[in-house]
Amino acid sequence: MEIILDSIFSTEFFFSVLRVATPLIFVSLAALVVKNGGVMCIAFEGMMLFSALGAVIGSAFSQSRLVGILVGLLLGMSISAIFAYFVLVLNSNGVLTGLALNILGSGGTVFMLYLISGDKGSSTALKSLIIPNVDIPIIKDIPVIGEILSGHNILTYVALITVVVVYILINKTPLGLRIRSVGENPHAAESVGIKVIKTKFIALMIGGFIASLGGIYMSMGYLPFFTRDMMAGRGFMGIAASNLGGGLTIPTFAAALLFGSAEALSNIMQSLRLPSEFMQMVPYIVTLIGLMLVGGNNKKLTFKKEEKNE
Amino acid sequence: MNKVIDNTEYILRMENITKIYGNGFMANKNVNLRVKKGEIHALIGENGAGKSTLMKVLFGQEQPEEGKIFYKGEEIKITNPLVALAHGIGMVHQHFMLVPSLTVAENMVLGIEPKNKGFFNYQEAVRLTEEVSKKYNLPIDPRAKVKDLPVGYKQRVEILKILLRGVEVLILDEPTAVLTPQETEELFVQLRELKKQGYTIIFISHKLNEIKALCDNLTVLRNGRVTGTAKVADLTEQDISRLMVGRDVMLTIDKEEAKPKKTVLKVRNLTYKNSDNKAIVNNVSFSIREGEILGIAGVEGNGQREISSLITGLIENQSGEIKLFDEDITNISIRKIREKGVAHISEDRMTYGTVADASVEENIISDRYYKDDYNKYGLLDKKKIAELSNELIKEYRVKCDSKDAEIRTLSGGNIQKVVAAREFTSNPKLIIANQPTRGIDVGASEFIRKKLVSLRDEGAAILLISADLTEVITVSDSLLVMSEGKIVAYFEDTKNLTEETVGEYMLGIKKQTAEEIGGVCYE
Repeated sequence: MEIILDSIFSTEFFFSVLRVATPLIFVSLAALVVKNGGVMCIAFEGMMLFSALGAVIGSAFSQSRLVGILVGLLLGMSISAIFAYFVLVLNSNGVLTGLALNILGSGGTVFMLYLISGDKGSSTALKSLIIPNVDIPIIKDIPVIGEILSGHNILTYVALITVVVVYILINKTPLGLRIRSVGENPHAAESVGIKVIKTKFIALMIGGFIASLGGIYMSMGYLPFFTRDMMAGRGFMGIAASNLGGGLTIPTFAAALLFGSAEALSNIMQSLRLPSEFMQMVPYIVTLIGLMLVGGNNKKLTFKKEEKNE
Repeated sequence: MNKVIDNTEYILRMENITKIYGNGFMANKNVNLRVKKGEIHALIGENGAGKSTLMKVLFGQEQPEEGKIFYKGEEIKITNPLVALAHGIGMVHQHFMLVPSLTVAENMVLGIEPKNKGFFNYQEAVRLTEEVSKKYNLPIDPRAKVKDLPVGYKQRVEILKILLRGVEVLILDEPTAVLTPQETEELFVQLRELKKQGYTIIFISHKLNEIKALCDNLTVLRNGRVTGTAKVADLTEQDISRLMVGRDVMLTIDKEEAKPKKTVLKVRNLTYKNSDNKAIVNNVSFSIREGEILGIAGVEGNGQREISSLITGLIENQSGEIKLFDEDITNISIRKIREKGVAHISEDRMTYGTVADASVEENIISDRYYKDDYNKYGLLDKKKIAELSNELIKEYRVKCDSKDAEIRTLSGGNIQKVVAAREFTSNPKLIIANQPTRGIDVGASEFIRKKLVSLRDEGAAILLISADLTEVITVSDSLLVMSEGKIVAYFEDTKNLTEETVGEYMLGIKKQTAEEIGGVCYE
């Protein structure tokens, strides 16, 4: 027990929380934007897998990080574009479409990986690049805080900045206001001339962009290569975090950090040969409890609102 | 051509509007509406008379098959609501077009957001809201969230919203339907103020006292046609009522005098409040006896639906008692209520009456599939079920390919016959028939009415709720009239009752005394 506590109350632990939480922060912000737009999208897992693989392939063949990032964004966002087209234009079921894209992500990335590297497990054969870690001047010299906050991957800092950007987007811009209004009452939005489908499409593409950054981090930062199914449910945890945060930016960020802590803890327990499976459950148990609290308020018996056509 | 001179005083003219919906229903037929600048013009008529359709045409939500719209003397084509708004015509819908979690100011400027270096300028939105609010003397807190506002204020936001967009003609679709009497009073003050400032208002309603109190001119619609246009001051409420409810065809039904026996259903002091704490059903008491059809007449939305939902257990009872054969049936499960002999024809047959994707047979057995009669060795007894459905399809003359046809493939009348076949054969002691013939063809309507009468003769107690006055008067033995959640009249015998009389009570012109109404309560 003592060993565990010692491990938790160490700067290394808090450092690892940020490291582990980075993809979760990205994807939960992505889910948040999409949720605000009133779209139920579960395809983040697929988006992240494609963007992770895209980043590896792009950087391996061009030997340029920028190209790697761009290819990653392109592949990830094309998944969200496909989702948007099916759900918004063709009116197909969002859950089924999302499910299909996630399975496509799982199988499709392995297939592409095999075609390119001849390996079905990981991309270690490709000489892909990584995004470097950086020390932050001044902060790095502050004891404790410097050890926790400095020396992270660039994308970890991008994730933290994205929190602010998303907050501003949703709360301080006309686009954010429109996204929220189409998400909550599309009829109201439509009646004042807002194009509902276009606005939802934009929300999905922003979501696709942010989620793809999370995918790119996984294969260019968290690990230096791509492995099959490396998202391991992070796309879904992002959805859970945005729900737990009630669609608000700061609570969603907090939820992502909470899940990140649970995951960091389970990593420690793994190294201490304790049953990490138990700790892996924690994020989900937390989610269930949160949803229970949120859901309790909505339980009201109401009549179906009828639009009367005379 | 001397009319030309007249036309200049009208800010808005709708000429010969004809609107036919996709299903062939003619909602408007050669309708003319002329509205003068600066007046409050009432558009009145019963449910389904075509008021809303006409206004949807004006606001660009529906395109008419024929007819022209002239605004300020020029013909305009209104292809969508934005075009209407751009011309200066705005509408306050019955269902508010607001985003609840946003603030008043945010709702006000949605779609025309003020910007500051690309960011949303909330301060400016608040300022704009305060400005309009002050200009029209309609106070509102711009920073309040819409979901926290009472209904009257939500409506005010809607009015301010279209005023901010610079409209000159305001269409209000039954604005008082959702308001309390005090809020209604307040709304009228606001509307008179707007009129004083030169705005033109089209006020849709079926409440005559409101129209008398507020409006200058009126246009009456019935069955999609205009039956009268006049100055409100020139007409009595009775005149208007006659224009609204008069019928061309009289309906007759063969039935003998009712021989009511002992009391089946006793409802006492029933009150139901909605989430806005408005009493939708307000202290209602009545009884129904064996062998009697008790009708409830009234404009829709005056608490009838809630009464039927309360008795059948679809909504939770808040206060008051509902007793079936002296046994309390409030807040027990719907299945138990049904097993005690209550049958229910819902006004919404596609939601509460049938399952659209299931077959005729499955819908017929949906209230009895679990009973021993239809099960064998723990499995459904297919043979017996088939026998029953074929028999009922024949008896109720349901036109369908077979018992396995999906309900959705049937016409409205035949769907309703399936509902009737199920409900009427469950050996009911009490039948709650809510709008049983709405929107179905004449043949099926007649069939269902006859069935109701024959079930009455067999001893069932029947509550018939209908917005169709002719139907409710002819089919019922005695009649209640409801208005604003209360019973306002009771007629023990419907034999010599005229629609005009019922209409006057229904529209709130007349009201009976408590003793007269109390006549409907039997022990």
